[in-house]
Amino acid sequence: MDAIMLQEKLVERLLCPRVRTARQKEKQYVGFATLPNQVHRKSVKKGFDFTLMVAGESGMGKSTLVNSLFLTDLYKDRKLLNAEERINQTVEIIKHTVDIEEKGVKLKLTIVDTPGFGDAVNNNECWKPITDYIDQQFEQYFRDESGLNRKNIQDNRVHCCLYFIPPFGHGLRPVDVEFMKALHEKVNIIPLIAKADCLTPNEIKKLKDRIREEIDKFGIKVYQFPECDSDEDEEFKQLDKELKECTPFAVIGSNTVVEARGQRVRGRLYPWGIVEVENQSHCDFVKLRNMLIRSHMHDLKDVTCDVHYENYRAQCIQEMTSKLAQDNRMESPIPILPLSTPDVDTEKLIKMKDEELKRMQEMLNKMQQQMHDKEQ
Amino acid sequence: VTIFYFPQNGGSTLLGYIGIDTIIEQMRKKTMKTGFDFNIMVVGHSGLGKSTLVNTLFKSHVSRKSAGWARDEKIPKTVEIKAVSHVIEEGGVKMKLTVVDTPGFGDQINNDNCWEPISKYINEQYEKFLKEEVNITRKKRIPDTRVHCCIYFISPTGHFLRQLDTEFMKRLSHSVNIIPVIAKADTMTLEERQEFKQRVRKELEVSGIEFYPQKEFDEDMEDKSDNDKIREAMPFAVVGSDKEYQVNGKRVLGRKTAWGIVEVENPNHCEFAQLRDFLIRSHLQDLKEVTHNIHYETYRAKRLNENGGLHPISSSDTQESNL
Repeated sequence: MDAIMLQEKLVERLLCPRVRTARQKEKQYVGFATLPNQVHRKSVKKGFDFTLMVAGESGMGKSTLVNSLFLTDLYKDRKLLNAEERINQTVEIIKHTVDIEEKGVKLKLTIVDTPGFGDAVNNNECWKPITDYIDQQFEQYFRDESGLNRKNIQDNRVHCCLYFIPPFGHGLRPVDVEFMKALHEKVNIIPLIAKADCLTPNEIKKLKDRIREEIDKFGIKVYQFPECDSDEDEEFKQLDKELKECTPFAVIGSNTVVEARGQRVRGRLYPWGIVEVENQSHCDFVKLRNMLIRSHMHDLKDVTCDVHYENYRAQCIQEMTSKLAQDNRMESPIPILPLSTPDVDTEKLIKMKDEELKRMQEMLNKMQQQMHDKEQ
Repeated sequence: VTIFYFPQNGGSTLLGYIGIDTIIEQMRKKTMKTGFDFNIMVVGHSGLGKSTLVNTLFKSHVSRKSAGWARDEKIPKTVEIKAVSHVIEEGGVKMKLTVVDTPGFGDQINNDNCWEPISKYINEQYEKFLKEEVNITRKKRIPDTRVHCCIYFISPTGHFLRQLDTEFMKRLSHSVNIIPVIAKADTMTLEERQEFKQRVRKELEVSGIEFYPQKEFDEDMEDKSDNDKIREAMPFAVVGSDKEYQVNGKRVLGRKTAWGIVEVENPNHCEFAQLRDFLIRSHLQDLKEVTHNIHYETYRAKRLNENGGLHPISSSDTQESNL
């Protein structure tokens, strides 16, 4: 059986109430093994959210791929700009949000698009708006997390960035290297080979090898699939190994349905043949979809929270404490961020708390001094 | 000797066969003996199949990549101009073909002014020719290194021309014949191709880019109607290949994918055959003539008007002075 199906079956079993009650009848059984089950049910009730960024030059098939991945049409109202409109275009950040529900599980999917990236004659630092956006989301989360009301924090942090590499080159271009290096410590990067249907199988293999080599050479840290647990079965391990050797995935997307081998499938119709998006011998679309949605979505979120966000937070706090030390102010246990758009009430509250803390600190110091004097 | 009597309207009537028409045969013989030069430049960012297309066009390994440079060399930091010449022969006619490659074009993060080395090269060839022409003792056949045709490779994004494309073509369409082609056309379905072509043509029109064959140089109605048809079909969407496969019992040049074989010379698959016929079989001589009679003359007139005469170019690096 397919590893994905195995996983799904397991989840279903845990969620099934009948299994639970049967087990409760056993006397030595305490019952906390149902915790994962409870967590599942709570999460399913709450719903999940996932933010996916797509980056790459225009015409790489990003929108088509997103539509194919999530079986939606997020871009139906999009208007392509003509030459005059594009002359002074800078890189923009555009968000599309869509709520998807499947088998009772709700997903709030946000796609962050980056039109204009790499399209100009001079693309110096064209990734800056993108890194700024990612940092902003981290900053927002940091503030919310440090704030006083933490009930409904919205997580807008970017969990994954799909980077589209053109299939026309002989490997990574300077702009690809610079982009990935600017972002690899802020977000999970998954490089993809776009429009892979213009390459022969040989060319795809050569290009993948070349790109993997160059990623190593330039020290780019792309998203790594987590290692398999040693107690997973052989089949799962084999699938996992195949997945890892297949990166970067060579993908094709399509908004149209064609007739192939007697079935209606998503594909592209050429005079010399039909490319099927979901045919694994045609491209790696299925691998990407399975990895992104069916097996690693949660891990992507975890890595974003545990690694990228923590890095940002540590850096931020370090900067703040070094600034505070410079100003010779007393350190407060709760880091106070300089608010750019001050909310009057919370500012007052924070000021009050700050003063209270200062007073407490002074009292502590006094007491310590008294004790010290007593000892002497 | 047969004696013919041709009644003519106007012009003198011939009372016998003279044999003036054999001059065509004499010219042909002479051309075959001397052979001729053709210089083609390819421009486009790396990976668009420029070298493969040139090899496919001339059915031989004439590109720079085949001349021994490694396929995976690094992208140069500035645009370089590399010319490779070969003599190819067909039907007793010898052609000295020079392919001028421009590695590094459009590959950097900042591509400002990356067209300048190319523009400089083209003008330098005109200058070389001009210097030979104004010499007191001139060579019998001035070696012609002028670029007769510049094939510009458009990336098949399916959306629009990129800024770099319009910038390049705007600046160079007045000094050289530019033939835009849509590279790696097997990326797009036929529908996408048509839409893309239309958008590209519209953009070229709006930007005032006159690609070859330029409307203003059509000599007569026949030319105009032939060229109109070609202009309507441009830019040609091409696919190149140097590998052969068996299709329906024939050996064809193509690309083999998991879902079929793209046949390079099949007009239902791509427009390579049209490009080849246009470039080589019908307009090769015209490309040379437009280069010589129009682009070169424009350059010459400009130079002669500068500073009231022919002086060594102040900003270039040639050192001779002929006057």
